[in-house]
Amino acid sequence: MKASEVAELLNEPACSHNQKSKSGCARPKPGASAGGCAFDGAQIALLPIADVAHIVHGPIACAGNSWDNRGTRSSGPTLYRIGMTTDLTEQDVIMGRGEKRLLHSIRQAVERYRPAAVFVYNTCVTALIGDDVDAVCKAAGERLGLPVVPVDAAGFYGTKNLGNRIAGEAMIKYVIGTGEPDPLPESVAQDYAQRGIRVHTVNLIGEYNIAGEFWHVAPLFDELGIRILCSLSGDARYREVAAMHHAQVNMVVCSKALLNVARKMQERWGIPFFEGSFYGVEDTSRALRDFARLMGDADLCERTEALIAREEARIHAKLDAWRPRLSGKRVLLYTGGVKSWSVVSALQDLGMEVVATGTGKSTEEDKERIRELMGPEAKMLKSDSARELLNACYELRADMLIAGGRNLYTALKARLPFLDINQEREFGYAGYTGMVELARQLALTLESPVWEAVRRPAPWTRYAAPAPLNGADAALEVTDEDEGDVDFPTFSTPALARGA
Amino acid sequence: MPEIIKRNKPLAVNPLKTSAPTGAALAFLGMRRAMPMLHGSQGCTAFAKVFFVRHFREPVPLQTTAMDQVATVMSADDNVIQGLVNICEKSRPDLIGLPTTGLSETQGTDIFRLVKDFRARYPQYDHVAVVPVNTPDFTGCLESGYAEAVRATIDTLVPEDRSRVGQRPRQVNVLAGSLLTPGDIEAIRELIESFDLRAMVLPDIGDSLDGHLTQDDFSPLTLGGTPVSEIASAGEAIATLTIGRSLGPAAELLARRTGVPDFRFDSLMGLAEVDAFVHTLSELSGRPVPERIERQRAQLQDAMVDTHFMMGFARVAMAADPDLLQAMSTLVQRMGGEVVAAVAPARGPGLAGVAAESVHIGDLEDLELMALDRHAELIVGSSHAVPAAQHLGLPILRAGFPLYDQVGGYQRTWVGYRGTRQALFDLANLRLEHHGQHHEIPAYHSRFRQPDTSGIATYASGGSFH
Repeated sequence: MKASEVAELLNEPACSHNQKSKSGCARPKPGASAGGCAFDGAQIALLPIADVAHIVHGPIACAGNSWDNRGTRSSGPTLYRIGMTTDLTEQDVIMGRGEKRLLHSIRQAVERYRPAAVFVYNTCVTALIGDDVDAVCKAAGERLGLPVVPVDAAGFYGTKNLGNRIAGEAMIKYVIGTGEPDPLPESVAQDYAQRGIRVHTVNLIGEYNIAGEFWHVAPLFDELGIRILCSLSGDARYREVAAMHHAQVNMVVCSKALLNVARKMQERWGIPFFEGSFYGVEDTSRALRDFARLMGDADLCERTEALIAREEARIHAKLDAWRPRLSGKRVLLYTGGVKSWSVVSALQDLGMEVVATGTGKSTEEDKERIRELMGPEAKMLKSDSARELLNACYELRADMLIAGGRNLYTALKARLPFLDINQEREFGYAGYTGMVELARQLALTLESPVWEAVRRPAPWTRYAAPAPLNGADAALEVTDEDEGDVDFPTFSTPALARGA
Repeated sequence: MPEIIKRNKPLAVNPLKTSAPTGAALAFLGMRRAMPMLHGSQGCTAFAKVFFVRHFREPVPLQTTAMDQVATVMSADDNVIQGLVNICEKSRPDLIGLPTTGLSETQGTDIFRLVKDFRARYPQYDHVAVVPVNTPDFTGCLESGYAEAVRATIDTLVPEDRSRVGQRPRQVNVLAGSLLTPGDIEAIRELIESFDLRAMVLPDIGDSLDGHLTQDDFSPLTLGGTPVSEIASAGEAIATLTIGRSLGPAAELLARRTGVPDFRFDSLMGLAEVDAFVHTLSELSGRPVPERIERQRAQLQDAMVDTHFMMGFARVAMAADPDLLQAMSTLVQRMGGEVVAAVAPARGPGLAGVAAESVHIGDLEDLELMALDRHAELIVGSSHAVPAAQHLGLPILRAGFPLYDQVGGYQRTWVGYRGTRQALFDLANLRLEHHGQHHEIPAYHSRFRQPDTSGIATYASGGSFH
């Protein structure tokens, strides 16, 4: 990929980062950087397309350390979970045999696994030695008679976010607009017609069906007569991506990741889009309302309101059981982009107090929303250093940390209750039903008896040895004096466990 | 010696291989107050980090030189120097490990010159050890990268001096191969200490990645591991015990530099293997084998007798890095089982000792197909091999990298009499459970006998008996 093409992708006009500073796209600092590369981002964005053979063209590191570690779920094919890589050898690199190996690899994958299409991810080494991946894909596609899509996403092109956009760009360039949607089954069409419901078509862009969470929401769409032509890319099929251009409305779900797809679809096919989220009761309702509004169908709007009223009542009744247990608890939320505010409202729904939120990847617009939700004094954290994160937890007397999996073990080492909110998590929190799971998981960690157990120093360092058991329980109790000044959160003071 | 069958297809499907720089990073994670920094793009580090975090369930310090497009095309030399400076300033480590990657090697980096430049320009950081090592992704696997990093550490930190052998008369050096888990290293240390000897383990992931809560809530560096100051003392020990054939070159270098007597062990799993090690310790220390150890040996012998019914003729398919493959296959063979399929991700000195007719250089698709073809009854492999075992309907014993679908795999102890005994029990139990499920003789219904009409409980609808 040329530098100019990278620059163009970075300069996404619909992205509100670009109207202010380019904070989200700064150059990484050697020895002090965290986060993935462009290949990582591209693979994350497309891997959930379940019936595609995803081939990583490069040496082992790129695929070897990353295959089959996403939380995304498929309701059908599981081809996406099979790791495929050309696993280049030194000879391949030196003698320039990479292209040939790639061609044969594509054939091997097609003959053995019969995929709907093949995606080929270009990586650092193959980009550097100049393998012509586009040409190989073209030749393979012609010879084998199926779409073979190059995704030119060498890691050194830039960040994960850039990789997301590269993936979106590849879909726009090679896939979207090349197919037609499956016809509606006769009986289904009849059913909606009999009930006088007009069926509408939409796409979700940037929904990854982590832990199958979108299956909490999908039934509501069916009920309303909104057909999801394609979810890019959770539980998607190749032919659905190819037919995305037939939708009436697009919703951009995950932050800015695939904004370029929505914008280009608007330019090319005139499909309007909006940004939203399915985290929290309020946001889920808002998303459904936005769909109805953009369809311009009065009947749909009416039915949507009825559905929202029903679902909110149902879920609030369920959440009432959890609210007293969670209410008043202080949470430090550390996540980026849309989630920095969408999860805030979800937590506030539960009566929790969000004492600070991370804004590392948030735009001015996101920050505005945060201020609306948390008041003008809202504390925003920019740094992503684990040390500062923990310090903020102590300063703000947070009861727990909600962040990505990367910080999971940081929190646990500091004996701090934790909830994983990012891509690798194992539980689905989307939609109304997901809120109940969220509440359950929050209570599970907050109320766990282990925190007290692991914060208490060993008896021989803090307490007097138990007196001989002469039928008295007193030996198990500690005196008031001993209770003294245990200041649990400040574990950086070595004096604590050693005792006074 | 098994026949080594080369990789015979262009595409690797469900890779078994973990890259060499990842292995090198693991070795550096076994050193105290250390920070490995991969010289490559950000993803090289991010993926390796996630890989280890999933396996060990620990925060893992790992940095990157963060090569971007400009650095890749023009020069990434400044990235290395700047990266070293930034880590020294920010985290004040004792050691920085500096493995290269496919990207920086293809670009043609001269990592040794860069470290020299850094030394010349920043003498204020002379107290921070920096260990560069060449580990392109397109050569070797986790095991070879790890071994390379151990060799490079000795090369950088152990001075040439053959006059001090035995100045620490109770110290033995242990070069611990990548086939060992943190639990293994703990057990080895205890075994050595039971002879009143002191172990200097290099690298010591048993101290850094064993999963323990500390008083400090956070550390940007490794929490434990081999102290850098100790590494230089290797020349004063009475012996070096090396575990895993892949560490051969490292052991050789250490012996050449220091003159410390050099003992090699392929693995410490299995009666004969542990016997050799225990015997050596006894000779070195001049102490008899403690009664406790004798008892453990007798316990293992008992377990071998008990489990040989399940392990005899067992057809096992396994996939692992060469040293682990050798250890596992030998254990199965010594119990009367047969390794019908053995897959390694790359070549290594351990392959010569694998107890199988042939070893395929390949991936987990190969393992699955061969296991099917050769009617394997049991799989040994990492968490990545679990789907293959499920497809085949076979039980799996989890070993190697990565282990993420269960808790505590990293801590499991395989070595010593006790570790071997547990491994045998687990193998045998998998066979028992599975045999119960799948190999019952189907009941035969003679045409001369009337079908049963009573005494059969069934949940079938309509109450029909069959």
